[in-house]
Amino acid sequence: MIRFLLDDRLVETARPAGTVVLDVIRYDEARTGTKIGCREGDCGACTVLVGELREGRLEYRSMTSCLLALASVHGKHVVTVEGLTMPGLSPVQRAMVDAHGTQCGFCTPGFVVSLTGCCLSREPVTATSAVRAIDGNICRCTGYHSIVRAAHQVVERLARKDIADPVAWSVAHGLLPDWFLGVADRLRAIAPAPSASGTTDLGGGTDLYVQRHDTMTHADLRPRADDPALRGIRQEGDECVVGGACVVTDLLESPILRAHFPRLEPHLLLVSSTPIRNMGTVAGNFVNASPIGDLTAIFLALGGVLTLRDPSGAGRTLPLERFFTGYRQLARRADEVVESVRFPLPGPQTHFGFEKVSKRTYLDIASVNTAARIELDGDRIVAARLSAGGVAPVPLLLGATASALIGRPLSPATLRDALPIAQREIAPISDARGSSEYKRLLLQQLLRAHFLTWFPERFAPESFA
Amino acid sequence: MTLGDPIGHVTGASLYLDDLRPLAGTLHALACDAPTAHARLRRVEVASAAALPGVVRVILAADIPGENQIGGIVPDEPLLASDVIHFWGMPVAIVVAESEEIARAARALIVYEYDELEVITDPRVARERGELIVPPRTFRIGDVDAAWAQCRHVFEGRADTNGQEHLYIETQGAYAVPTEQGGLRVSSSTQGPTAVQRTIARVLGVPMHRIEVDVTRLGGGFGGKEDQASAWAAIAALASHLTGRPVKLSLHRMDDMRMTGKRHPYSSDFRIGLSEDLRILAYEAVFHQNAGAAADLSPAVLERTLFHATNSYFVPNVRATAWSCRTHLPPNTAFRGFGGPQGMFVIESAIALAAARLGVPARAIQERNLLAEGDTFPYGQVATRVHARATWQHADRAFDLARMEQEVAAFNAGSRTHVRGMALMPICFGISFTNTPMNQARALVHVYQDGSVGVSTGAVEMGQGVNRKLVQIAASAFSIAPERVRIETTNTTRVANTSPSAASATADLNGKALELACDAVRLRLREKAARMLGADWQQVSLVDEVVHVGGVPTDLGWKALVHAAQWDRVNLSESAHYATPEIHFDKATEKGHPFAYHVYGTAAVVATVDRVRGTYVLDSVRLVHDFGQTLDAAVDLGQVEGGLVQGLGWMTLEEVVYDERGRLRSNALSTYKVPDVHSVPRELVVEALATDGHPLAIRRGKAVGEPPLMYGIGAYFAIQNAVRAARPDAVLVFDAPFTPEKVLMALYDAPEVSPVGDAPRGSSGTSASAVPRG
Repeated sequence: MIRFLLDDRLVETARPAGTVVLDVIRYDEARTGTKIGCREGDCGACTVLVGELREGRLEYRSMTSCLLALASVHGKHVVTVEGLTMPGLSPVQRAMVDAHGTQCGFCTPGFVVSLTGCCLSREPVTATSAVRAIDGNICRCTGYHSIVRAAHQVVERLARKDIADPVAWSVAHGLLPDWFLGVADRLRAIAPAPSASGTTDLGGGTDLYVQRHDTMTHADLRPRADDPALRGIRQEGDECVVGGACVVTDLLESPILRAHFPRLEPHLLLVSSTPIRNMGTVAGNFVNASPIGDLTAIFLALGGVLTLRDPSGAGRTLPLERFFTGYRQLARRADEVVESVRFPLPGPQTHFGFEKVSKRTYLDIASVNTAARIELDGDRIVAARLSAGGVAPVPLLLGATASALIGRPLSPATLRDALPIAQREIAPISDARGSSEYKRLLLQQLLRAHFLTWFPERFAPESFA
Repeated sequence: MTLGDPIGHVTGASLYLDDLRPLAGTLHALACDAPTAHARLRRVEVASAAALPGVVRVILAADIPGENQIGGIVPDEPLLASDVIHFWGMPVAIVVAESEEIARAARALIVYEYDELEVITDPRVARERGELIVPPRTFRIGDVDAAWAQCRHVFEGRADTNGQEHLYIETQGAYAVPTEQGGLRVSSSTQGPTAVQRTIARVLGVPMHRIEVDVTRLGGGFGGKEDQASAWAAIAALASHLTGRPVKLSLHRMDDMRMTGKRHPYSSDFRIGLSEDLRILAYEAVFHQNAGAAADLSPAVLERTLFHATNSYFVPNVRATAWSCRTHLPPNTAFRGFGGPQGMFVIESAIALAAARLGVPARAIQERNLLAEGDTFPYGQVATRVHARATWQHADRAFDLARMEQEVAAFNAGSRTHVRGMALMPICFGISFTNTPMNQARALVHVYQDGSVGVSTGAVEMGQGVNRKLVQIAASAFSIAPERVRIETTNTTRVANTSPSAASATADLNGKALELACDAVRLRLREKAARMLGADWQQVSLVDEVVHVGGVPTDLGWKALVHAAQWDRVNLSESAHYATPEIHFDKATEKGHPFAYHVYGTAAVVATVDRVRGTYVLDSVRLVHDFGQTLDAAVDLGQVEGGLVQGLGWMTLEEVVYDERGRLRSNALSTYKVPDVHSVPRELVVEALATDGHPLAIRRGKAVGEPPLMYGIGAYFAIQNAVRAARPDAVLVFDAPFTPEKVLMALYDAPEVSPVGDAPRGSSGTSASAVPRG
């Protein structure tokens, strides 16, 4: 029996744990404001807020309920547009009406929920963060300008938000119904779920529910996302250890990563959308074995080493590049879990970059992605790791290309000599994300772009011509 | 004041098809297709599917009691394939089950045996094989063959535009419920309730009066639910008819994308001739429309391509020929613009090519040839109340086009990493269904005895705001508060024989009919008031819910008047009919006056290309639009912004990809990308041209649904101009959309490959069917 709060109501359901929350909301609970648009997390019409107690504090994140397993919401608070609706409109709803941010209306509840989620964060609400909050919501009618105008109205209304206790502040300011004040206590009263020992590991579900839509409902699930042993980002000496169940948003919010990667935000915002970043785990991005996972590309270049653990408690380590043995094939035993990935933190002479080009810049899968990490000694490259996704059956570490950089001076000539080697290392195919010729050219350009971004004076675009 | 639906939308209370509470015993229908685009069926084995617990019935073509035919214009489209499969996604069987999950499991058990036939996806190949939907049509004016000799410059080329997925966020669906005496009540997500009713009656072999179709609202349509909602409603109705139980069908997104048609791809050839002073003297175009496997609305779409072949320009000598080519794609269908954008892209390509070859800015040719009052379109209509040059000049005044160009040049001089381009896009779009008989509508108004008002029309609300406009029309006719007016669902038993909500004309047609209906009731109320007050009825008026006599308020209010009229046996209801006057068209001569009026506008689009990565952003779209006397400025602005962004998507990142076997590879939102909040223009300026509107437009506010989409075409040429600025020798190609792939491939030659080094690790790789999440 799975128990969770749906808006102001305790739901106890005997549905299979793999049922998506969207169907429970709409068809069992008859809350039809949450819409079905794509069932693969790409439109945001089904967005809900999921509240959970983290270190005693109630925190909400937006998620797409079409990819959200019942198993993942036990003991949590699921908030739909109906739960945000009071007599009289909330400031978010009011702004969407006043700014004419709704036309056919089908995507509108998703936008309302996402914008409200932004208001419930423990960060000040800005025009940038409000627009970011709706980066996973597709509207086919308005062209977005009216919705952005609505978002800006919301920002004005929330300028004085109390980030210490956003829920209480929101109740006091008419953003949420007052029953929200009792939610934390009601969640504490729900007994934890008995530990599951299923055969299908479930992280965020953002890939599983897309790939195996028809079989997930009755799958024998083992939810991993809430396992404390798999969570958290910590520093150990010169290394950083990232728990396998960390979601992308955890990376974005990590003080350790923020301190060491000044461009963390622009890099990670290229990964999917806000609700998917709130769900998709680091381990999931590795284990789905996609040749083009963004996090995979990043951790490959960082020098990530996995810790895999089996049910007996025995662990082993494996460099990430040796994890991928063939198209969607992994060097992982079925009973092993990716506990963490560790990598050396960058030093003062380290340069790190991530490049990704897709048809649509945001909320899209790359045509080609690449990450690069080089260490300099003066003017000389002393270490280099380059990754490339979308150009081979597996995520690639461009070993030969990197070798051609190591020991050589940092110069356009060095890069010029190395690039043709990268072309030898890759074997892209033509598909919906581009022709093989394009992917070849694009990888060349993105490798150039790493250097152009790090050293704009030395690597002028003209030097590429 | 908030009108219409927005409150329901933001609270989640608005009801769409899948939100209807199912009645007890409701079954779920699922359409089943075979993995082939063209094949002769030998056998369909459904026994295992039918035996699955929870499956109530599996329906095949032979089970259809009426006609297995859903073609609207041409009867060439079976509902279910019986002998030949014509496209990948063509329904062959229908599984009817207790749940959608069971139906999906059963679908996987159906076995198809068939012999593959040749698959054609290219319309030019189809034309060579004589595979035509209808005979080709040609629009002519002047003598184009003689005119080439007078031209100082002649250029020819090819222009292609890809299709476009509608991507209404609400997928297709219907819910059929048996009523008594063999009737069915069908809720449908359709723009054309009458088309749904007619199709179901045909498939079931029953008279139309047995079928009631009801539409509350659509979660987007954009043309995709004009004709193509009918198949899904017919499947639900057929399943309900055969099982005697309520049946719901709501397409999964991937089924919707695979099984339904899209905007027509076109492949066209053009020839353009100019005088020394850049007047376009002659223009010839041959359009190859990729109609897909059946006619659907293709002949009508084809026609509109011809109507808009010369966009907003006057060309004295024109010959435009259009071929509707039958291929093995899903039947392509209406999409905002309805063939017009495809026609306009070709002449804009011709102008861009001429400009590039002559070394002049395209805008010099565009401006030189804008339509003027009294010019004749190739289809014989004389242009009146022309605002082509007025919008252009307004844009020049408001945005200072020369300064914008200088800023682009200055930016390009100063940036090593990025390069900017600018283009202008004038538009001219004719309003009316080009099929003249469709330009009619009816409205039914009830004034209830408590003074509230119910309005039914043939208009379907799909986000275009027609309900808001209808509320305002009725409220203003009676001079009552908008809150007193309720727009009812669109229902074939209240308003029959409707034209679909399409062609941008819904508010015009239904609004005019509503005005007539309200006027009739108002007249009777004024007469009643006159009797009550002992006044001359011509002196009686209704002002803000109070009866005035000779302009002076009386004690008689709206509610009291209505109440009195009811008890005096005054008819408080009216059904009115409107048919657009003046319009006609003769297809034998291809001449006439098909449009009630035209809508004009001019947009300036600026794009910046990342010359390293090949990506781009749209910096700004600034435009001047001919709204007329807008009835609802907020609704109309929303239509301009939304239509523009759809056009930008079509020209930039929306790429429909079929493989050579006719299988859709861009079959999900993960592989087909529409604009998101970050990909729309950073700056969007919409200025209204000041005019007195047009008398045939509803309250002189011009139709606004489709025309703005075509501003998006400017994005293609802005990006192209940026590419040319970065690489002056780049090959000029006219092949939309201008994806980042095409940009990068235009900017660079193929990379050098080292002859030595590690061997490639393999030749297989990502495939579209196994979509990784980035």
